Amino acid sequence: MSVPTTVRPATELAEEGSGRRERLTATIQQLGGVGMLVIVVVVASAVSHDKFGFATKGNFETIVSGSAFTGLLALGMTFVIISGGIDLSVGSVFALGGVLAARGAQHGTWTAILYPLVFCAFFGLVQGVVIARFRMPPFIVTLAGLSIARGLEQVVTKDGNTTYQIKPGSVFLTFGGGTWRAIAIFVVAFALGALLLQATRFGQALFAIGGNENAALLMGVPIARTKVLVYVLSATLAGAGGALNASRSLAGPVTVGTGFELTAIAATVIGGTLLAGGAGSVSGTAAGVLLLAVISNLIGRYLSDYGSAASDAVNGGFLALVIVLQAYLTRVQRIQQ
Amino acid sequence: MAALTMTRPTVDREHAVRWLRSNAVWVAIVLVVVVDAFVINNFFSVSNLRVQLYAVTPTFVVALGMAVVIGTKGIDLSVGAVIALAAAIVPIALSHHLAIILLLLLVLVGGAVSGTVVGSMVAIARVQPIIASLSIMIGLRGLAVIMNGSADKSVTDPFITGFGGGLWLGQPRMAYVAVVLALIVAFLVRRTTFGRSLTAIGDNREAAQLAGLPVRRVLILVYVLCGVLAAIAGVMITGNQGQATPSAAGMSFELFAITAVVVGGTPLEGGEVRIFGTAAGAVLMQLITASLTQEQVQSDYLLIVQGAIVLLAVYATMKRKLR
Repeated sequence: MSVPTTVRPATELAEEGSGRRERLTATIQQLGGVGMLVIVVVVASAVSHDKFGFATKGNFETIVSGSAFTGLLALGMTFVIISGGIDLSVGSVFALGGVLAARGAQHGTWTAILYPLVFCAFFGLVQGVVIARFRMPPFIVTLAGLSIARGLEQVVTKDGNTTYQIKPGSVFLTFGGGTWRAIAIFVVAFALGALLLQATRFGQALFAIGGNENAALLMGVPIARTKVLVYVLSATLAGAGGALNASRSLAGPVTVGTGFELTAIAATVIGGTLLAGGAGSVSGTAAGVLLLAVISNLIGRYLSDYGSAASDAVNGGFLALVIVLQAYLTRVQRIQQ
Repeated sequence: MAALTMTRPTVDREHAVRWLRSNAVWVAIVLVVVVDAFVINNFFSVSNLRVQLYAVTPTFVVALGMAVVIGTKGIDLSVGAVIALAAAIVPIALSHHLAIILLLLLVLVGGAVSGTVVGSMVAIARVQPIIASLSIMIGLRGLAVIMNGSADKSVTDPFITGFGGGLWLGQPRMAYVAVVLALIVAFLVRRTTFGRSLTAIGDNREAAQLAGLPVRRVLILVYVLCGVLAAIAGVMITGNQGQATPSAAGMSFELFAITAVVVGGTPLEGGEVRIFGTAAGAVLMQLITASLTQEQVQSDYLLIVQGAIVLLAVYATMKRKLR
């Protein structure tokens, strides 16, 4: 293995790898997540009998509404990863958003909305500035952010000893409650996200930066501003997800959100967004979120003894497979380009 | 010193900055020790040393492996899950009345297998280390919890509890083990081809490949080493608690280990491994934790302070061209 693979002439490879193969890998890349989701749902529906009740309207509603708010983390993560970064702080920011919303709800509906959104956006702003201006690696900045946001949440809850309950009758409770409202939020958020990514200058700038930052710089893409904005967006979505979750659970849960960043990254990557940046889609991430939710729903039905541990094991293994596959697929594409 | 500064200001300032950047952790330790000497009762006592060593040793052992991985420009987030795996293996092996040497071997093999998987993903499939180890971090802890079953199991085997909780000459037994491990790793890094190769890979993987270094083999071995060290830390933690808790053991240790490494002055850009700096980083973070908890500062501020220190340390160790 001492012969490096890159010394083969590009022309030879270009002839050898026909356009069809290139298109095929690109298709697998983009539609793999959606395809897996369809396959898993169809097979599970066919296999499960009525007593398990997988293929029922109620269960599908549970799956979608249950993953709607954590899905917002994956949506934000998609933008960040496309720009070539990563945001490990979203789980803690989710918890912080929930606690701030519940605390804000003590004073009224507007404060319940504004507290988490404004503060989490500011948190994202600081992270973005540190990453874009000081050129520090995103993963270490957001890893520190994970710790700091968790600490701030503990400060708000007096070291985790205060759980702010939202008063029964509060208008804020209507935001996250109910099945269909959650599903609607999920659909609208992802539709807007797709629009933002595909149809705006900001979205195109994300692709350009993630694809090749130096080239983007030469093209005149505002690198620093876009990077700062993407972390603001991610943190705001995480805060909103946490706030909605608080509204749904009638209080600001203190210990929520640990490891949510991992699920968000897994959903994004399974949905076909390249970790190296520069490629990805919001629809893929939606499929990834739902796929993980379906898997954990199935595990809850068939392996209920182990609960979340079994879904973690399956998700981890699945993620490992997808990233290895992705690495090979992108290498084929890279060489052919 | 002052005269020199006046005659050649630029060169000397650069020199001073460079010195400070690589030795900031020692300066910080001296400062914290001076402060602690006043705020903590009996700071300079054998019993306090014992308390601090118990707390810092497992983190340091994990950080040793992390330092080597970071030297190759990698990162390993799976170390906490490997600790959980070790915590799951120990009671299972004990319940089968396995000889203690076989038990230890089994735990080490567990860490090595996990390291091989992460290393192969990084070396052969060329997945970014952060995401390769992330997938194992999620999956492996789930696996460890399943292996262990729902209830936490108590571990009463005298060897294991002695390994994690016993004393030699008034200090924790595991601290001596950690010193030996640190010397072994330092020897590996500084005096062997393996060590030279791994820093070369960290500096420039393509160049190392072209120079004919066995890049894949070295990378896999690096992650195996990291996994094995994390597994040893897992036995320490299990023995220390007298209990195997795979659902919680080693939680956030990847963060603690990375913190120790970067606070110790190892740049995340790879190409350099600082074993003694890492030890200093682990000790510094423990001293800060100790003095804050002593002062009744709540754990919330502790998290914030830790996060801020990581940021400062990384910024300080960043190579100039990247700034």
